[in-house]
Amino acid sequence: MIEELATLFEEYRILGAFWVTVQLTVLSAIGSLIWGTVLVAMRVSPVPVMRWFGTAYINVVRNTPLTVIIVATSLGLWQTMGVTMGAERFDTIGFRLAVLGFIAYTACFVCESLRSGINTVQVGQSEAARALGLGFAQVLGHIVLPQAFRSVIGPLASVMIALTKNTTIAAAIGVGEAALLMKEMIENEADLLFLITGIFALGFVCLTLPTGLILGWISNRVAVKR
Amino acid sequence: MSSAVLYDTPGPKAKARNVLYAVLFLVLLALLVWWVLNAMAEKGQLSWLRWQPYLGGTEAWETYLLPGLQNTAKAAGLSILIALPIGAFFGIARLSDHRWISWPASVVVEFFRAVPVLILMLSANVAYSQFADFPTDTRYLYAVVTGLVLYNGSVLAEVVRAGILSIPRGQSEAALAVGMRKGQLMTNVLLPQAVTAMLPAIVSQLVVIVKDTAIGGAVLGFPELINSVRPAAAYYFNVIPTLIVVAAIYIAVNFVLTSFASWLEKWLRTRKRGTSVVAGDMIEEQAPGMRFGGGGGI
Repeated sequence: MIEELATLFEEYRILGAFWVTVQLTVLSAIGSLIWGTVLVAMRVSPVPVMRWFGTAYINVVRNTPLTVIIVATSLGLWQTMGVTMGAERFDTIGFRLAVLGFIAYTACFVCESLRSGINTVQVGQSEAARALGLGFAQVLGHIVLPQAFRSVIGPLASVMIALTKNTTIAAAIGVGEAALLMKEMIENEADLLFLITGIFALGFVCLTLPTGLILGWISNRVAVKR
Repeated sequence: MSSAVLYDTPGPKAKARNVLYAVLFLVLLALLVWWVLNAMAEKGQLSWLRWQPYLGGTEAWETYLLPGLQNTAKAAGLSILIALPIGAFFGIARLSDHRWISWPASVVVEFFRAVPVLILMLSANVAYSQFADFPTDTRYLYAVVTGLVLYNGSVLAEVVRAGILSIPRGQSEAALAVGMRKGQLMTNVLLPQAVTAMLPAIVSQLVVIVKDTAIGGAVLGFPELINSVRPAAAYYFNVIPTLIVVAAIYIAVNFVLTSFASWLEKWLRTRKRGTSVVAGDMIEEQAPGMRFGGGGGI
């Protein structure tokens, strides 16, 4: 079995594929944190049109399967509308489109986590800030959001771990990440099915479990004590 | 804290400013929509000819969309029906007082929550083609359902556990005090109350399952709704309209399920004071290694 393992790792770029998974995850995580924060600012803003837009966006995108979004970026955005995201090679275009899709989808869950975080901040905090004369952007940016972020690190970690697993869906548009390689491998070497499944399952356990444990520990450390 | 606490009630000046922001935002949004529509018109995706198959007739629905939707419903329905008892079994096993029962159950649940559902589907598909002799379409259905059951069974195990733990301790104490055994306590006192508490979470999980069937369609080739996008778009030359119609179907189905879940949750909360409820929010973001609904402010 050790020999078979060695040949598998020699013949296929397993670590390379997992590296693509990590890249997809990190880029989408950064993007979705930013877009999710913008969305939550819209959802609690004093301008009704923005609140309406934020709610509509969340309700539409959250109820769409991620697979539909990812397939739509490739089939619709690229192959029909000709959007290439500034890339020329097929795999780069697919990668960037996948990141775009993941950001659009994951931002909904970041936004919803942050909104529940805002609800945990005590009313007195923003009342005091308003009494000092701070405007909406200052209350949100300086007082409420920093505390909200600290209280939702746990839920946000869950969102990011779900994102890690969701990046496998990029296989649907041919991005060379872990799941696509696994599909190719088990079709070629069907007799080694369980070994290959084990490698990839373990790979994902290694990516997700420590993230959960570390971020869970951080969330306890930085939680606002009340 | 409600969001209205974040800003003062607008006075005349602030009202004028808010109107200005609203107008600016609407102009930006209108520009964006105009730009998108313009690009679509340029590629000829707006013409009635492209939309006619979906809006002006039933043939496209009968040939492509409805059979796909039927398969989506079949896979999702089978998955939740099989996953529920499995989830209940593992959820209760994790609560067992015996280490040799609770530990293996925990390992299984955490493992299947950590592995992407696509990996499970792919593996099941090849396993069935190796060790069983199903026709291709049936094999795809079985592979998709297997993947969904393994993943959602472990998530539902956590829901069941949270449901049982949400019941006030006085209930168990009272049951033990009148001389019930542990098994009687579970079947006669805890489970009946936990089932009602879990209903909203179970309906929300159904949304996740419906969304995840699409993975099997796009990657494995299971002939469900998203799998009908390519053939339909190739036949009618209308990629964008097909994608929009398919997305709209998913959104409508899931929106109804989500609304039903939150209505159920509200109804359960108001029906009787002190009833415990496991909320369905954000259920798909439950990560391995983390307590259900725990970690932060939720």
